[in-house]
Amino acid sequence: MISHVVLPAVVPPAVLRASSADFYLPLSWNVVEDVRQVLSFPFMVNAVRAGTVAAVLAGVVGWFMVARRQSFIGHTVAVVGFPGAAGAVWLGMSATYGFFAFAVIAAALIALASGSGHDGQAPGEDSAVTGTVHAAAVALGFLFTSLYGGFTGSATALLFGSFLGVTAGQVQLLLAVAAVAVLALVVLARPLLFATVDPAVAAARGVPVRAVSVAFLLLLAVAAAEVAQVTGTLLVFALLVVPAATAQALTPRPAASLALTVVIGIVIIWAALFVAFYRPYPIGFVLTTFAFAAYLAAVTWRYRARALTRLRTRLSPAGGGWATGRATDARDAGVPS
Amino acid sequence: MTAALRLLAGSGLGDLLAHPFLQRAYLAGIPVAALAGAVGYFMVLRAEVFTGDALSHVAFTGALGALALGIDPRLGLFAATVGIGALLGVLGDRGRADDVLIGTVFAWILGVGVLALSVYTAGGRAATNGGAGVTVLFGSIFGLSSTRAAVAAVIAVVLLAVTLVIARPLLFASLDDAVAAARGVPVTALGIGFLALVGATVAEATQAVGALLLLGLLAAPAGAALRITRNPYAGLTLSAALAVVAMVVGLTTSCLVPRLPPSTAVLAVAALVHAATFRPAGAPSPSRR
Repeated sequence: MISHVVLPAVVPPAVLRASSADFYLPLSWNVVEDVRQVLSFPFMVNAVRAGTVAAVLAGVVGWFMVARRQSFIGHTVAVVGFPGAAGAVWLGMSATYGFFAFAVIAAALIALASGSGHDGQAPGEDSAVTGTVHAAAVALGFLFTSLYGGFTGSATALLFGSFLGVTAGQVQLLLAVAAVAVLALVVLARPLLFATVDPAVAAARGVPVRAVSVAFLLLLAVAAAEVAQVTGTLLVFALLVVPAATAQALTPRPAASLALTVVIGIVIIWAALFVAFYRPYPIGFVLTTFAFAAYLAAVTWRYRARALTRLRTRLSPAGGGWATGRATDARDAGVPS
Repeated sequence: MTAALRLLAGSGLGDLLAHPFLQRAYLAGIPVAALAGAVGYFMVLRAEVFTGDALSHVAFTGALGALALGIDPRLGLFAATVGIGALLGVLGDRGRADDVLIGTVFAWILGVGVLALSVYTAGGRAATNGGAGVTVLFGSIFGLSSTRAAVAAVIAVVLLAVTLVIARPLLFASLDDAVAAARGVPVTALGIGFLALVGATVAEATQAVGALLLLGLLAAPAGAALRITRNPYAGLTLSAALAVVAMVVGLTTSCLVPRLPPSTAVLAVAALVHAATFRPAGAPSPSRR
């Protein structure tokens, strides 16, 4: 048998917590008291702070990502944090460097290799590049973890996050990076939105569409690398895509849905941390379930609103579907063709 | 470990090929790679690579969910990937799933996978098969039994035959779905069926290279083939051939280099092939013939 095929057991941190301690505190009906109890633990305070910053950053960047239909690239730059961190740990450096370096390199590779736009390019060729970068990076991460030997336990931590192990120093770094990234996005916002809505017109009006899109990819990479250190590389994506998708389902107005994205992200994270504190479910599961439920609710609401509008136009006497239809029919019948 | 050392000490490739675990890996790996290359070609042509990515994460959840419930992980794999693949096709427009919908669904599926992993590892069953999470994510092709390898090969050959049967209408629907629909091709049904096929392919490839890596086997050979030729049938064949080459070269390399995991080697070859076909902007396109 070859040694590298057999891997040691994997124990995610959430499970360790569940099995080693039956210290789950009772949940009372007094929500204020419960919140106070949650926040009496320093690690929970750090987690709430980190989660809030991550929700704001991921929400703002994710909103543009969803509007630009670049979810796949977002997922890819998030996932390459895994080989980055694994490689950095293998070399004895801080995982933070690995997260940032690999995410930015992957974004640059994708920007470089795709969108060259030669004639007759198949629609999926750019995403084939993204897919290849994605899988090759994960393969590299697997190599690093197996080279490092006794590291597979933290492979799971890298993939699924260690929300409850966030330190105060990490929160400060997170805040600093998020501030810079959001500032950069504010500068970039108008041309980026223009280039997103109508790239051809934007280019004609002198917006450097290619440069703006590359800048956004790099920003997306930085945000994903930052958030991945809190949520794990596999779950960044939930924070990037779901709040934005939910908000964009609720309102078509850019400013309103952007604000809504941030609010939804924060609420989801707070709720997830609260539930994960009181119940033994892994935070990744709780977080994505809340996010998915919010999305489903938004989509249902939108369909209901549309159906109501349709019903109202149909029933109203002025300008309704049936009335106009009959009038047109009559006119058509009256005019010989 | 001793086997690997003996292999290294033994002279050359001949001894290596005689080894049963490598033969089993070839037996399962070659048909699976051909299938992934062929299905991946259509996937890239239809711009559905992201769907493949999503389904690979569904594979993770499906296998671990089955383990957590105590049933055969392969059953969970196929049920989850084929079911969700078809579901994404049904929810999408003309059998093609929407970017945001895919992202949202699979973010949640991944969360469910995390729950399954934690239930499975905490439930005591992990004692018998502790690395299941890692195995599902990264594959264990050298650990296949001869029965499992044969079953995987047979399923891959059947799925490949299905792909070839629907290749002509699927190609039409992929290149111009409006005209295809006007000419009476059942575009929506084909789209949904194709996503179910991608799901089955993903389940197959998960056993070979793992849920996180199979995306490369789907995307890289197809991307390379599309850059080399514009003729669809030549591209389809080339994509399958390149995937098989990546698989064979990767598996062999991994045997010769002891600490290189097989799935990493396979993916590295596939990615290198894709990178080698890179043409800078402004370079002439391949001819259509």
